[in-house]
Amino acid sequence: MAGGTEAVAHQALEMTDHLPVLQVLIPFIAAPLAVFLGVRSLAWPIACAGAIASLVCSVVLMLATLDGSFISYHLGGWAPPYGIEYRVDAANAFVLLLISATAVVVMPFTKASVDAEIPKKDHTLFYACFMLCITGLLGVVVTGDAFNVFVFLEISSLSAYVLVSQGSHRDRRALTVAYDYLLMGTIGATFFVIGIGFLYMATGTLNMADIADRIAGQGDNRTIQAAFAFILVGMGLKVAIYPLHLWLPGAYNYAPSAVTVLLAATATKAAIYVVLRFTFSVFQPEFTFDTNVLYWIIIPFALLAMFAASLIAVFQTNFKRMLAYSSIAQIGYMLLGIGFFNLSGLTATMVHLFNHSITKAALFMAVGALVLRSGSTFYDRIRGMGKSMPLTSAVVVIGGLSLIGIPGTAGFVSKWMLVQAAFELGWWWMALLIVASSLLAVIYVWRVLEVLYLGDTAEGAQHKEAPMMMAGPMWVAALACIWFGFDTSLTLEASRVAANGLLSGNAGMAPVPTTAAGGGH
Amino acid sequence: MIDFIPPFLAYIAGALLIPFLPKGHGRSAALCIVPVVGAALMWPLPMGSYGQIGVMGLELTLLRIDKLSIIFGVIFSLAAFLAMLYAWHIRDTIQQSAALLYSGSAIGAVFCGDLISLFFFWEGTAIASVFLIWARGTTGAYFTGMRYLVVQVASGVILIAGAGLFYTETGSITFDRMQLGSLATWLIFLAFGIKCAFPLLHNWLQDAYPAATVTGTVVLSAFTTKLAVYALARSFPGTELLIYIGAIMTLFPIFYAVIENDLRRVLAYSLNNQLGFMVVGVGIGTELALNGTAAHAFAHILYKALLFMSVGAVLFRTGTAKGSELGGLYKTMPLTMIFCLVGAASISAFPLFSGFVSKALILSAAGKAEYHIVWAILLFASAGVFHHSGIKIPYFAFFAHDSGLRPKEAPWNMLLAMGLTAFVCIAIGCYPHPLYALLPYEVKYDPYTATHVINQLQLLMFSALAFTVLMRAGLYPPELKSVNLDTDWLYRRAGPAVFARVAQAVSGGWGGTTDFVRRCCDVMVAILYRAHGPDGRIARVRPTGAMVIWIAILLLAVMLVSFM
Repeated sequence: MAGGTEAVAHQALEMTDHLPVLQVLIPFIAAPLAVFLGVRSLAWPIACAGAIASLVCSVVLMLATLDGSFISYHLGGWAPPYGIEYRVDAANAFVLLLISATAVVVMPFTKASVDAEIPKKDHTLFYACFMLCITGLLGVVVTGDAFNVFVFLEISSLSAYVLVSQGSHRDRRALTVAYDYLLMGTIGATFFVIGIGFLYMATGTLNMADIADRIAGQGDNRTIQAAFAFILVGMGLKVAIYPLHLWLPGAYNYAPSAVTVLLAATATKAAIYVVLRFTFSVFQPEFTFDTNVLYWIIIPFALLAMFAASLIAVFQTNFKRMLAYSSIAQIGYMLLGIGFFNLSGLTATMVHLFNHSITKAALFMAVGALVLRSGSTFYDRIRGMGKSMPLTSAVVVIGGLSLIGIPGTAGFVSKWMLVQAAFELGWWWMALLIVASSLLAVIYVWRVLEVLYLGDTAEGAQHKEAPMMMAGPMWVAALACIWFGFDTSLTLEASRVAANGLLSGNAGMAPVPTTAAGGGH
Repeated sequence: MIDFIPPFLAYIAGALLIPFLPKGHGRSAALCIVPVVGAALMWPLPMGSYGQIGVMGLELTLLRIDKLSIIFGVIFSLAAFLAMLYAWHIRDTIQQSAALLYSGSAIGAVFCGDLISLFFFWEGTAIASVFLIWARGTTGAYFTGMRYLVVQVASGVILIAGAGLFYTETGSITFDRMQLGSLATWLIFLAFGIKCAFPLLHNWLQDAYPAATVTGTVVLSAFTTKLAVYALARSFPGTELLIYIGAIMTLFPIFYAVIENDLRRVLAYSLNNQLGFMVVGVGIGTELALNGTAAHAFAHILYKALLFMSVGAVLFRTGTAKGSELGGLYKTMPLTMIFCLVGAASISAFPLFSGFVSKALILSAAGKAEYHIVWAILLFASAGVFHHSGIKIPYFAFFAHDSGLRPKEAPWNMLLAMGLTAFVCIAIGCYPHPLYALLPYEVKYDPYTATHVINQLQLLMFSALAFTVLMRAGLYPPELKSVNLDTDWLYRRAGPAVFARVAQAVSGGWGGTTDFVRRCCDVMVAILYRAHGPDGRIARVRPTGAMVIWIAILLLAVMLVSFM
């Protein structure tokens, strides 16, 4: 609320100030462009260019917000609360950077994997959907308007359903899985929009900062409490909070490799960002129901995820499915950080958001390469591939170590922060639980390494290293796992600023400038 | 800019470069040079701490030079050099690199000044050394190595747990004197104790050392346990508990050593017994006692290495180290026999040999500090040492009944290494002052007083007499695979029986417990698998309806909590 006094609100007055909207607009335009040009060979370059341009935008935005300020952009020049506002602060600039960077890194991988897994005639449409999905995710993160969140959420989800269904060229079950995903995702989105409806009922506005201003002090209003419940559960489904995770293993497992990489690295992370934004910026931490839910719902279910999902991962016989369950467990860590509700906890969540994302990107790309060569992700089909695919298998080793949280990898940094947050609260038993669930990660990672390196070579697989288009991005992600394990200045600093911003509550409405507001396009 | 280089870096650099050198004499020479370089890096540095680096808010100290670390640094470097010389003929890259990494880690641990670096070096010794066991290449060696690794890594894990707790309690990670009392210090104590082969924590030692390669055992015998002695001397001097632990340590391995047939295992037991002397010294904790511990560690590393080298040479030439299969080798391996006798005389503390001048410090410290029973135990243990290491080893390997084996003399490099070691053993025994000057505290002690020499000779002569008489009287039938010990008649009868009974009971109880725990684990895994396995209740693919029910339940829960 009063936090706005120290935060500086930038106004969009110059060309570079349109970055918040360009960030979304570029991939959004790249999608139809690829279809309308209709030249199959141009689809990938267009998508690539779109992703790179959007990465540039997010880097500039990140640098601009690292000082703790925020950028308020008025869409079409209409001032909020009536117009749509895009608002970028360190928290969402960080997630924007994560999403667009992932998109760029996986692009070459996507090319190789799409060529192998999707029939040629569908390529342009595939890339269009791919870009739309990225657009949706970026939009969800960048916007400051509650209803706009829903719109972008649907854009990303609908394109994600289509993308998942593309796995049917390899395995027909992808269709039922995509259908399931569609049903569940729609239920989640419906819950979310019901929650927004309640908020609109109570406040008459859709701008998040404005809502926050208006509901301040209304902590015992039942409508607002119900709104919070619906939004949390609806978004929780997209996050894949433990019992609402049922769509995730199937979707990740049967989707084409490139889609799994994209979804695993970014989709759930964007959803977690929305949960963070609503829990801390729209609804105030001063509301007792807010903190109650954190302690009584989020933390227990986070713990459940950490153990139950890890145990499932331990017993899996399918590499890709195992990673999906491990993702659910890792989401548990992020939720736990939110539940701790202190600076270190939120920092841990933000850092883990990033670190887990690069770790899983590396691992899922390795899976994609294994699929390419062995045709399957089951352990008995990828046995002994460590000998014939040394580069890919080394990525599995690095990613696996990061997943466990071995010092010197990115995963260690976030787990260390999380354990520290637990100690700050005096919950040493929680720290023990975190370490204990990491031990489960040791088991499931070891099982894969055993299969890859110690198993005798499986029949019927092509024993050849993955093509450079796959190995390259994979190694970028794997090296990032190591780099961010040693150099934590970028990740930790950005996370800390973001966590600080989130904890200080709502920054308030941006003052309306005296000059022409915003500047349209 | 950088005015010092931590010595362990020389070893790591060596280990990394070795694989690129062509196998042969050049590489073996390079291996021998590494310890020399390491010592040269350490030698010119004045006392003090160097190389503080901050990592995540913790200050690590890579190099701490004081008198205690210097003497261990010197002997470790010397031992590394001798072991490399002894292993000159080895052409196995893995063994060579592992030996370098292992010695380097031990030296790094001796010089580091904080618990975190200690942990890294601690685990470094564990992981590097296991390759010396695996290098033997037999299935037995593989499993022995695994068991060894588990114990050693467990020790490291306990150490880091203790260090973490210590940090939260005191806010410091300095590796220095601490008081037993809190959970943190007990954990650290336990970690040291495992590596030091405290009674009941000792089995890894007798299990692993005889299983390593001929040259590997020589390296192994020098570092791991003495590193633990150093750590104890650094952190827990004057802890009374250590006196009793040490006293037991000097006693119980004797009985095993006597009935054991594998000569390398006999040496492993006697190593354990010698550690007991050092632990007692740490426990007494007076200046004299700590001097004794340091001096004894110094002398012990040398004569123990010498014994392992000579038995190793026998094993190398004949393919066996079993007492019952050897004998009469003095005819063809006279030099090895002489060196073995020097080692035996040293470990038995004959006057003019190194054990005499170092063990005496501990014994007289025990006497001065009025621990008379402990003193008596140590004296008894000394007699025991003479029997199993001083007489049994050389007697069964080189004399006894003629086994008919006519092996060649040991290769030149082994002879050279043994000769150098034997020379140092005798030099220290005849002229102990340079060693005394290295000790952590000022030494006002002269080992060569008439009473001391006569006492010791009496002890040794009567033990030898007992042995000879029994041999002459035919009470030691040659086919018996072990010599029953000792000046003490009681123990000869009761000891082994009691120990066997106790050991049986303990092992039965232990076996039962582990079986039970294992069965529990099996049942638990089965239950977990039923729930979490691919077709388990939790992991099964669920219809969309199930998800909707969960959404409803979760919504209800959130609402309830919110409305509360």
